[in-house]
Amino acid sequence: MGAETSSFLDSAIMLLYLVATSFFIIGIKRLGSAGTARSGNQLAAIGMLLGVAVTLFDQQILRYEWIVAGMVLGGLVGAVLARSVAMTSMPELVALFNGLGGAASALVAWGEWERVGAAGLGPDALVTIGLSLLIGSITLTGSLMAFGKLNGFITGKPITFPAQNILTIVLMAAMLVASGLFAWDPSMEMLFWIILGGSLLLGVLTVLPIGGADMPVVISLLNSYSGLAASMAGFVLNNPLLIVSGALVGAAGLILTNIMCVAMNRSLLNVLFGSFGGGDSTAGGADSAGTATDMIIKETNADDIAIQCGYANKVVIVPGYGLAVAQAQHVVKEVATLLEQKGVEVLYGIHPVAGRMPGHMNVLLAEADVPYDQLYDMEQINSEFSTTDVVLIIGANDVVNPAAKSNPGSPIYGMPVLNVQEAGRTIVFKRSLKPGFAGIENELFGAEQNQMFFGDAKKSLQDLVRALKENE
Amino acid sequence: MDLIFNLFVFVLASFVGFELISKVPPTLHTPLMSGANAISGITLIGAVLITGSLPLLLPESTADWVVGILGFLAIVFATVNVVGGFMVTDRMLEMFKKKK
Repeated sequence: MGAETSSFLDSAIMLLYLVATSFFIIGIKRLGSAGTARSGNQLAAIGMLLGVAVTLFDQQILRYEWIVAGMVLGGLVGAVLARSVAMTSMPELVALFNGLGGAASALVAWGEWERVGAAGLGPDALVTIGLSLLIGSITLTGSLMAFGKLNGFITGKPITFPAQNILTIVLMAAMLVASGLFAWDPSMEMLFWIILGGSLLLGVLTVLPIGGADMPVVISLLNSYSGLAASMAGFVLNNPLLIVSGALVGAAGLILTNIMCVAMNRSLLNVLFGSFGGGDSTAGGADSAGTATDMIIKETNADDIAIQCGYANKVVIVPGYGLAVAQAQHVVKEVATLLEQKGVEVLYGIHPVAGRMPGHMNVLLAEADVPYDQLYDMEQINSEFSTTDVVLIIGANDVVNPAAKSNPGSPIYGMPVLNVQEAGRTIVFKRSLKPGFAGIENELFGAEQNQMFFGDAKKSLQDLVRALKENE
Repeated sequence: MDLIFNLFVFVLASFVGFELISKVPPTLHTPLMSGANAISGITLIGAVLITGSLPLLLPESTADWVVGILGFLAIVFATVNVVGGFMVTDRMLEMFKKKK
């Protein structure tokens, strides 16, 4: 093949990469609204197919056997995982995919280093290989730790030991220095292995002290890392498609991380180094205004709730993670349908950290056939409570705790919450009076307009369904 | 110069990313994250370039074996990420319906 043909081919590949990039950008844009989201995702998938397909024409590629074998194997595994996963396990799956993406980026950097050899790489390439290896490896082990914590293989409580934060920070700094040295003097091969081992350890250390309740933040952050890792791999290979796509994903992850932090009124540093959210028993103790002992709790039952809701004009359902744990999404939908048949307006008020990852609760309710225009986010629903007759709070606790507004001594003070106490009546579905994730008493339970319905969320809701049917 | 040029592309793309995503409603955060996650599997292209650069099906030198194995693993991992990510996102979005 002559030089002209080859430069034509290179330009054609680059131009098609540009098309693929546009597909990604338009795809992400369309993912931003419910009506177009599905087509957006499909558009992004087509962009990916295009990007990979034109790469096969690159002159660097001499053989296809291993490429095809790897893609068939990976495609099968991916398809099986995607089809079989339960919607409640989405956070685990996303964590796992994140980890694999990070691993792939680290492997690409490592492979390029082995392929070209240290002598053939300039300082530019070496610094990006170091960073790609660093971010990719942190993403891999960090995601696997998050996967383990979400799955219950590893305890959801923060695991801490003395001087942990200092060790993490020192190790992080050491890895950055090592990446710099690696570019400076590539003959020191030892540095490569130090970066690899150090960053794998760093991923474990970063996620170890983070409690189960903070996992939405961690998953978003790791998602951002996996994008950055891909972008760095693009720097290594001088490939603009990788750089742009990785940067887009990196930005997406950062924004979601920030949204999650704001929703919990915590800074990112506090999440990473604070060891919060694992049921710290001392939190919110003596100084909180109402403790379980001096609260007057009013209990109610399914038949009474059925009557109250049946006569209501508007009912808001506030689902929390307890609902998903009890697998009660479908029963909730059944309750809502029965109420709607009685002419009651039913809305769902969803706090940003209601599930185990951003937007998780919305997916779980969508699976139960709840239309998305009934799902209200925090700001929308807070303006509805004053005209609401009954609020059903199911498996949620800290996100409806008025102490976040009224009690400066409370650990969750300042966290945005759903103002359920503005409604005429609140009914809390709960197993017991045990505090939630953050280990904090909830004054709402003893409030004038509040009633408690004790028991397993699913069983309680089934009782309510029965009572609503009997009342017809 | 390549590094600087690449940095330009990287920074500009990050700004585009921030703009695109900052207006997404909370309802769509999970599909957005898993869809974005699938896009980060674009590193598959790098894996393909590295693996395909070996001239022989079964390499003769140890060095080539190492490159081949690293590249092959990268292809498998990245493809799981890409195929699984897009498929599961589609599965989720299929469930999002407006009120009839």
